[in-house]
Amino acid sequence: MRWTKLAFTALVVARLASAQPAPPAPQARFVVVLDAAHGGDDSGAHLAGNQFEKSYTVALSARLRSLLAARGMQVITTRDTDATVEPNRRAEIANHAQAQACLSLHASESGSGVHLFVSSLTPTQPVRFPAWKTAQAASVTRSLKLAGALNSALLQAGMNVTLGRTTLPAVDSMTCPAVAVEIAPERGANREITSALDNKDYQARVAAALAAAIVEWRAEAHP
Amino acid sequence: MIPRYQKILFGVLLAASVAMGAALWHLRERAHQRLLAGQDSAPTSAPAIAPSEQATLMMANDTDGSLLAQLQSLPLPADPGARARAVLGKLLDLYAAPGSAHPVPGGAGSVTQVFLLPATIYETEPPAKSKFSETGTQFPAAQSRDAQSTGPRLAVVNLTGSFANSHPSGIETEMLTILSICGTLHANLPRVTQVRFLVDGQQRATLAGHADLTRAYLAADAVPPEGNQP
Repeated sequence: MRWTKLAFTALVVARLASAQPAPPAPQARFVVVLDAAHGGDDSGAHLAGNQFEKSYTVALSARLRSLLAARGMQVITTRDTDATVEPNRRAEIANHAQAQACLSLHASESGSGVHLFVSSLTPTQPVRFPAWKTAQAASVTRSLKLAGALNSALLQAGMNVTLGRTTLPAVDSMTCPAVAVEIAPERGANREITSALDNKDYQARVAAALAAAIVEWRAEAHP
Repeated sequence: MIPRYQKILFGVLLAASVAMGAALWHLRERAHQRLLAGQDSAPTSAPAIAPSEQATLMMANDTDGSLLAQLQSLPLPADPGARARAVLGKLLDLYAAPGSAHPVPGGAGSVTQVFLLPATIYETEPPAKSKFSETGTQFPAAQSRDAQSTGPRLAVVNLTGSFANSHPSGIETEMLTILSICGTLHANLPRVTQVRFLVDGQQRATLAGHADLTRAYLAADAVPPEGNQP
């Protein structure tokens, strides 16, 4: 009986010694939510070239999705067509995705360069059941850091950047680090437009800078 | 031959007609006097006769997204509500002027009224939408309470629909308009701590598609640090 126990123990030890090393844990998924503002009945701002903000943002969202997907990120969009999506639905999509970064994309003829906005809610500690309208409050600190990453990348790309705080119902209800990105024409010293919104090169530079910022953000958040 | 009773009836009717005509004339005169007295107390006529004073306007600049304090001399009435309307009218006149750094059409006529209410009432219990939808019956009582109040105030700025409809759409430009209004009110009426917006007397979701108009804004948040001021 004693010999049997010893043999069984030896067998177990031998199996353990010869076992393959455990496979590495799957890399945590990195999800980005792109929220193309407006859509459907809500056209948004009327831009130069008889274009509407809703068309501009969905095109930018598609371009950015390609760039981020090519870098191995999971990208979820709130809309890919000219459909009406209510602010609450946009926040629902973002919160359900448990994203690590959420960008609300806008465009305007006012101002210059790229405007980055973070929710003006007062930062709070995370709670289990946050209030819907102020759910972003627990993520404002991370949102500010994300805005900092976006700011660095855009400045590095040689663009004018304005940082601010705002109140957008969709963003205020998101639980992810969220930044509203508003693209405006680039202007020179005399406020004349140097790169219009419909300039393809300008669009490509903005999208590339935003994608680079998200890559940097992933490296910071998930080293 | 006219019967006697018909002569008496004719006389009575004639006397009644003359008496009613006189009464009507008297009532008309009284109504006219009342109307003239009402016009005299209207706040809209006060700025024209008020002495000029220095007012601080928080001017927005679209190029760099900044707010900068600017001193302007303009007639300011003593009544706080009319005073608030006068400074906002000047601010929006400057925005509507050619070459403005924050071009917004509309001008002074875009601010219909500014009501000042005790802020403490609404800090814990925001006003219901229907309260403001009614035709102004709430406000005189609120203003009389306000006159006795020395605490913080909530300014309710009633904008015209044409101003909101013609405002340029964009997060930055809309926020700058809101913050410059809040900052200007706080700079000239320091007791104004919160600002709410109505459009044509009704609550509206956004100014021009972006900035939320359903919440109260803290006026102090709109005032930039000392370093930005001239």
